[in-house]
Amino acid sequence: MRIAISASGETLEDSLNPRLGRCEYFVLYNDDTGETLAIENTGRFSVGAAGIATVGLLNDHGVDVLITGNVGPNAFTALQAAGIQVYTGASGKVRDVLQDYKDGKLNEAKGPNVGPHGR
Amino acid sequence: MIISVASGKGGTGKTLVATSLALSLLDEQKQVQLLDCDVEEPNAHIFFNSQPVYEEVVTLPVPQVEYARCQYCGKCSEVCQFRAIALLKRTLVIFPDVCHSCGGCWHLCPAGALEPVAREVGNVRISRAGSLEIVSGSLKLGTHISPPVVKAVRQKENRENIVIIDGPPGSSCPVMAAVAGTDFCILVTEPTPFGLNDLSLAVEMLQVLGVPCGVVINRDVPGNDIIDRFCQEKGLQILLRIPFQTKIARAYARGIPLVKSDPLWREKFRDLYHRVAREVQQ
Repeated sequence: MRIAISASGETLEDSLNPRLGRCEYFVLYNDDTGETLAIENTGRFSVGAAGIATVGLLNDHGVDVLITGNVGPNAFTALQAAGIQVYTGASGKVRDVLQDYKDGKLNEAKGPNVGPHGR
Repeated sequence: MIISVASGKGGTGKTLVATSLALSLLDEQKQVQLLDCDVEEPNAHIFFNSQPVYEEVVTLPVPQVEYARCQYCGKCSEVCQFRAIALLKRTLVIFPDVCHSCGGCWHLCPAGALEPVAREVGNVRISRAGSLEIVSGSLKLGTHISPPVVKAVRQKENRENIVIIDGPPGSSCPVMAAVAGTDFCILVTEPTPFGLNDLSLAVEMLQVLGVPCGVVINRDVPGNDIIDRFCQEKGLQILLRIPFQTKIARAYARGIPLVKSDPLWREKFRDLYHRVAREVQQ
């Protein structure tokens, strides 16, 4: 399974960036191989609807699980369509967030946790 | 003749000027139409005891997919500049609230699987107060693209009449839709740094659109000349000064237009109109 964490940098030591559509990077963790890889979030350059663009990018990278801070209604709809599980409200270092996920300490989001905020 | 009222900064007195200007012209030989193009917060009608005469819904075309025909090629999502269609695995998702109705997707779909359907974005209401016709646009709650509603209001304008357009604040698309093609734009400002900054943006916008303009200073305070200096520098006429007075604010807050609270203003607003009309004729 591929797990993506929205982050402000490229490594496990960087912080989770709670803004899904505007985060700088995603740290991708493959829990079958233990490998990590960082990708730049090009979706953040969208004038509007950055969340939708970002989910498109995650879908292209075959992501199965997303861990982030906030997900708006359009991004949530897109995540559901792409079949990506989402965990919201996470914060801290990417390494610690990943550990919390593995320990089952995160809760799966059943809906968007913030209102519409793009254009 | 079509006269628009804009400001740049919000809350400077666009509606104060537009409503009093319209009322001051009622005994001219022409019909007067007051168009409220501030569709996110229309409020000009509050100042009149008007009777509703007409209402229509404003819609925009947005794509709808016929899944049986869709080949999941992704062409539609590729051409959409606003991310209103996303192809995610084998699901095509449409986001009508971000769609700008360009039609690219349904024109370019190779399978003919997309077709436009109407989405309600607001309404236009016409009411009458004596011989004054008030046309008011209102953006539907939750919708954020207002120019189509502004344009729907402006479809009701009749050049044979004297048309006064009460515009939205700012200097972006909604304002441009309200002032483009008008014969003259009255810019209402206040002598504050914010008023000046946004006035200069509005003047720049009007230059791009080729609409001539002049300035009304509201809440004018003797000795404060920041707007005067700007107007001198830009060669802009100051058409009217409305002083910073409690009695003006008090009447306005009760919903009484300036020309009704103090009949002396009727002459000043009629004079404002004639100055604008002379400018337009030149």
